[in-house]
Amino acid sequence: MWKNLPLFPERASALAWQVDGLYFLLVAVSAFFTLLIFVLIFVFAVKYRRSVHPHPVQIEGSLPLELAWTLIPLGICMIFFAWGSLIYFQEARPPQGAMEVYVVAKQWMWKFEHETGQREINQLHVPLGRDVKMIMSSQDAIHSFYVPAFRIKADVLPGRYTSTWFHPTKVGTYHLFCAEYCGTDHSGMIGQVIVMEPYAYQAWLSGGGATGSLAENGQQLFQQLGCSTCHRFDTQGRGPNLTNIFGKPVLLDDGRTVVADENYIRESILNPGAKIVSGFKPIMPTFQGQVSEENLMALVAYIKSLSQPASGPASNQAAASVSSNGQ
Amino acid sequence: MATAVQSVERENYLNSNYGIKSWLLTSDHKRIAMLYLISITAMFWIGGFFAMLIRLELLTPAGDLVSSDTYNKLFTMHGIIMVFFFLIPSVPAVIGNFVIPLMIGAKDLAFPRINLLSWYIYMAGAITAIVAMVTGGVDTGWTFYTPFSTTYSNTHVIGAAIGIFIAGFSSIFTGLNFIVTIHRMRAPGMTWRRLPLFCWSNYAAALIMVLGTPVVAITLLLVALERAFNIGVFNPQLGGDPLLFQHLFWFYSHPAVYIMILPGMGVISEIIACFSRKRVFGYEFVALASIAIAVLGFLVWAHHMFVAGISVYAALVFSLLSYLVAIPSAVKVFNWTATLYKGSIRYETPMLYAFGFIGLFTVGGLTGVFLASLGIDVHVTDTYFVVAHFHYVMVGGMVMAYMAGLHFWWPKISGRMYPEAWAKLSALLVFVGFNTTFFPQFILGYMGSPRRYHAYPPEFQVLNVLSTAGASILAVGYVLPMIYFLWSLRYGELAPPNPWNAVGLEWMTPSPPPTHNFDETPIVTWEAYDYEHQPQEEVSVGH
Ligand code: HEC
Ligand code: HEM
Ligand SMILES: [Cu+2]
Ligand SMILES: [Cu+2]
Repeated sequence: MWKNLPLFPERASALAWQVDGLYFLLVAVSAFFTLLIFVLIFVFAVKYRRSVHPHPVQIEGSLPLELAWTLIPLGICMIFFAWGSLIYFQEARPPQGAMEVYVVAKQWMWKFEHETGQREINQLHVPLGRDVKMIMSSQDAIHSFYVPAFRIKADVLPGRYTSTWFHPTKVGTYHLFCAEYCGTDHSGMIGQVIVMEPYAYQAWLSGGGATGSLAENGQQLFQQLGCSTCHRFDTQGRGPNLTNIFGKPVLLDDGRTVVADENYIRESILNPGAKIVSGFKPIMPTFQGQVSEENLMALVAYIKSLSQPASGPASNQAAASVSSNGQ
Repeated sequence: MATAVQSVERENYLNSNYGIKSWLLTSDHKRIAMLYLISITAMFWIGGFFAMLIRLELLTPAGDLVSSDTYNKLFTMHGIIMVFFFLIPSVPAVIGNFVIPLMIGAKDLAFPRINLLSWYIYMAGAITAIVAMVTGGVDTGWTFYTPFSTTYSNTHVIGAAIGIFIAGFSSIFTGLNFIVTIHRMRAPGMTWRRLPLFCWSNYAAALIMVLGTPVVAITLLLVALERAFNIGVFNPQLGGDPLLFQHLFWFYSHPAVYIMILPGMGVISEIIACFSRKRVFGYEFVALASIAIAVLGFLVWAHHMFVAGISVYAALVFSLLSYLVAIPSAVKVFNWTATLYKGSIRYETPMLYAFGFIGLFTVGGLTGVFLASLGIDVHVTDTYFVVAHFHYVMVGGMVMAYMAGLHFWWPKISGRMYPEAWAKLSALLVFVGFNTTFFPQFILGYMGSPRRYHAYPPEFQVLNVLSTAGASILAVGYVLPMIYFLWSLRYGELAPPNPWNAVGLEWMTPSPPPTHNFDETPIVTWEAYDYEHQPQEEVSVGH
């Protein structure tokens, strides 16, 4: 029966150790204080019980004690705060050169699309030892991408991209859960992350399933949807030249500057009127409702590929702002 | 004891009038408290019934007992009933309603009719919510996250939201009544520094009720409007923002968790002082901690959103503030413990519950500190760890305090003593059952078991079985008091005015108190918990 009672999740990412380290510290400190309170209550309750201690001694209070039990816990908390925040910062900033996987979540499945064009459902194959960044969006309700063995979780929202990343350190198959309640089959919205040796991963990649890379699909869409009639690769188009815009600041006609990250490109396609590029007229039509979530990701991947190096500093900067897209 | 008090039935609030009408049209705070007691007890059993079904379903990894849609409705309705229709009114509307006027030497609350109105509003809300549940149920979770609740759920979201919207006003009225009463109706000499800590903590909770509840009311109204008319506030496809809902919801619902603990903390202060026969250690600090919690509690809402897509810097600020709000709670725990030091301690049932409260609240509060830590929260948010955390504070904390308070003031409320041995047994069962139910859930959560799952991977089964076993013990622990309280109404020993030999004005009037509370308005010349000058009863109290 004890085989069925694991007390600790597997550790399969670089980050897992850090999270567990902080967790151990928290458990130790909490155990100390809980025991302290339990023992004190027990000892006082026995030692000063009515039958042996009939006359209570009235005590007003004690300022030094009050200060001590305000400031000492506060000090300890600041250690937890600092350590916890350090981990969070790492989680929010994917390293340069991470391999990118596009994720579309919908009731009740996970769809993955690799840069190289492979598509998977409820299964994600990744190579050992590479940084993997997930760029995620939902087609309906909010979902949450959770892999306990990596100690990471990020909500997947409709209408925008969020991201998370991990660095797998152990070959194996790990649970993938949807952690944000999303309706009927929420508990069935589960899958597996399969971490493979790099050579095995290469073999898996060449096993087929790819219909052109994601960026290539995006390029085709770019033609089909007529984007290319306005966005040309010279300065003659009615819309801006999209070469090398990704990750760079864009000057808007109201004088603001924004960085062209994934969410900016998404918004430019779905809601072009929201931010107008300086020097251009607001003539771009909206593509809201005409491109599926997957095609949108292909377009984004294509526009990113127009900026070289594809996953250089640009995508790093963008990644930071992808995960910080709240209000 | 009972024979000493020979019963020439004195007129009291229970026998001054008879008939259903005299109850439904009463403006006596004590009778209104009883109306609340009956209604929230009914809600507690409905919510508890749903909880038992949830635990039974989770006995096995496969989702086999009920369908997944039914399961989703069960945990949603369990949450809505327990939070909005049981726990929020529990200590304030029942115990607070009954004892606050007595404690401050007043004849009633400031607005007796508004008090009655608040109960009718509560009932209207509860019935609306129950109708929504009976006619099909709701499946959004008690948190109503958008756009699921506005667009994708096919259940009676609007009905449930309106039910909570309505009940919110009863909470606002109760809060308003407490604030005005505590400001204006204190007996001569009852200064703020002499005010019992129970009044302080209910005052703090009342501030939250008045300031916070309108926000959740409007938020749920927006959900209903968006659902009905697609107004496009929360749904991104209509130009709305789903995270806006979470900000608004938690702006109320985080402070609301303090509505669900502060009054309980007040109960514990009274009981610890009484059964160790001492002034509460650091009275001023305990009182101020309540206010600090109420104020800081409004500044930490986004700690429920660390993985929701808020900015890194927002997360840092909310994490830091969450630690700050944990400190006043810690201060209270230390002060209660210090109160025991050199006291003269008696193990009556209320005191056993109070010991249980301190232990369980400590665990709940400390695990709140885990969750405030960003790196840990990313891993355990939306898992059973969070479920365990909030049950430790809400059930281990507030429900324990509510039970402690019911036992403590039962002689005053009913004029009868409950059977002490049974009561001690139930306190023990609750403590053991509670820990067996919820401690395994911390481990489950860290293992990565997500919450709100109808089926789960087999490796989580052992801990779930343990949890379900604990829940059955817990259920017995709650059924017992239900039985013996009812039994005591008829067969219990008659209670003297002050069975615990406690200080506090509520003990200076007969049990049960007359309708007008005091024959003459008391004049207070002593501080709260003045046990030094209270005559000591004989030492060996044989129970
Ligand atoms: C009718 C011409 C037209 C079409 C068709 C068009 N665009 Fe645009 N696009 C513009 C104009 C003009 C701007 C600059 C003004 C603005 O920001 O709306 C622009 C801006 C953009 C930007 C922001 C560029 C920057 O430098 O910041 C992106 C990205 C973009 N378009 C992508 C697309 C994609 C993808 C398609 C096809 C699905 C498309 N556009 C179709 C005219 C067009
Ligand atoms: C002592 C200080 C406390 C701290 C620092 C704290 C911290 C937290 C944090 C950070 C969360 C979010 C967890 C997550 O969703 O990831 C949380 C959840 C929660 N806490 Fe606390 N908490 C404290 C006390 C309390 C108290 C006293 C109560 C109630 C009486 C309470 C009730 C809840 C509830 C109900 C939730 C979860 C709501 C949900 O998602 O359904 N907490 N707490
Ligand atoms: Cu889900
Ligand atoms: Cu909170």
